[in-house]
Amino acid sequence: MTSKSKPLPLELPSPRSATLSLSNAWRLRLKGLALPVLIILVLECIVRIGWLPSYQMPAPSEIALTLADLAEGALWKHISASLLRVLLGFAIGAGLALVFAAWVGLSREAEAWLEPTFAGLRSIPSLAWVPLLLLWLGIDETSKIVLIAIGAFFPVYLNGVAAIRDIDRKLVEVGQMYGFSRTRLVRRILLPAALPGLFTGLRSGMSLAWMFLVAAELIAATKGLGYLLSDGRETSRPDIVLAAIIVLALLGKLSDGILAGLEKRFLAWRDTFNGQSAED
Amino acid sequence: MSEHLLDIRVERKTFASTTVLQNIHLQLQPRETVSLLGPSGCGKSTLLRIVAGLEKDFQGELDSRAGEVAFVFQEPRLMPWLTVEQNIGFSADNHYDKAWVAQLIDEVGLTGFADALPKALSGGMAQRVAIARGLYSRPDVLLLDEPFSAVDAFTRMKLQDLLLELAERHAIALLLVTHDVDEALYLSDRVLVMDNRPSRIRQELAVQLAHPRDRRDPLLAQLKALSLTELQRAHVI
Repeated sequence: MTSKSKPLPLELPSPRSATLSLSNAWRLRLKGLALPVLIILVLECIVRIGWLPSYQMPAPSEIALTLADLAEGALWKHISASLLRVLLGFAIGAGLALVFAAWVGLSREAEAWLEPTFAGLRSIPSLAWVPLLLLWLGIDETSKIVLIAIGAFFPVYLNGVAAIRDIDRKLVEVGQMYGFSRTRLVRRILLPAALPGLFTGLRSGMSLAWMFLVAAELIAATKGLGYLLSDGRETSRPDIVLAAIIVLALLGKLSDGILAGLEKRFLAWRDTFNGQSAED
Repeated sequence: MSEHLLDIRVERKTFASTTVLQNIHLQLQPRETVSLLGPSGCGKSTLLRIVAGLEKDFQGELDSRAGEVAFVFQEPRLMPWLTVEQNIGFSADNHYDKAWVAQLIDEVGLTGFADALPKALSGGMAQRVAIARGLYSRPDVLLLDEPFSAVDAFTRMKLQDLLLELAERHAIALLLVTHDVDEALYLSDRVLVMDNRPSRIRQELAVQLAHPRDRRDPLLAQLKALSLTELQRAHVI
């Protein structure tokens, strides 16, 4: 075997490699689109041929028409109602969760007092709160927002506590060496070190918030995407149900994308495995 | 002598029921380099932590006239979310002295890496940053806990020379913990050979050689033989 040395890629951000990585990114995106497009085409054919009855599975083109139709009318009202509920519920639930996670994570005393109670509350399936919330708070906005807040609370709280407790003791010791005060220790070491775990919690909290939104709106609502779902079922319109599902998916993806973007920006320092590229 | 920077007397230091340190008396003069040589787990790191003030629960007394004491750990312990520059000025939060940090970066041979994140550094480079962070507070004494044990032999030699050069330039006394006999002898003015648990200072070897030293100096070889004999008697090896 001859040993042939590869030339080192010294000029890192050259314009050629930049365009190359751009076209690479597009190729990755196209790879991701391949499967959904294939499924849509196959469905369209199957429904057109008549293998599936269109009153059960409307053709994708029909759903697109329904969506366009809705977009001219009531869709925006439903979207804004749902979005407002999710954002409000998530803000309240995640905000409280961060406060309690910091408290329990940082203080053994707080953990002794609070953790058993939270562990107990956590073991209640969150949907079991629905009847109680309806009894106590009625069927208007408050009960829905509280339910969403409960749903978002626990993933954020759990991940937050774990993130703080997972911090490398050796890094904390550096701060102690410099005689950092408690607040300075939190600001300079504990908070940045816990950030990856906090983001994991916020993202799963957000996805649970959407889940509980649908649950709340399916049960009692006069507007919102969950209402659109149950309305579609009651009027035997699978195209409306599927249109609402698509809108929910888009909104869920959008909100998660925003959090993921923030995560990428704040956590660029992480030295993590990013998967292997196809060329390796 | 009343000139000493540090005077530490440990009568006894215990963890649970085991005594790790006993009857230790150690003085450090200005600009002096002293090594504590002994096996892993003999309590030499604990002694260093007592000097650094990280360990407060011991019987004895610590008299420090050194204004500033800094610590370099066995691992670099850099904050992964901060750049090299921010890590070096870590103790001053975000209003660190930029010119001083830039000078330190040059001195440890990392010119051009000011904005790099720790994940982009090799082990040896990260330890250079850790040394620069130790120097940032302009200490009189630098405590080092097996600082080069995680890097390869060649990097270690380079880092040892760098450390001596920096200590000389900034007039810093070094107190170093190591289990590497060659390292202890090459760097130090005095080598304290530690006993096995409970640790005492078994023997003090003065290395009367001027710097810069030659690693092949016959005196170093002689002293190495002596300290190996001593370590063997202490049932360390």
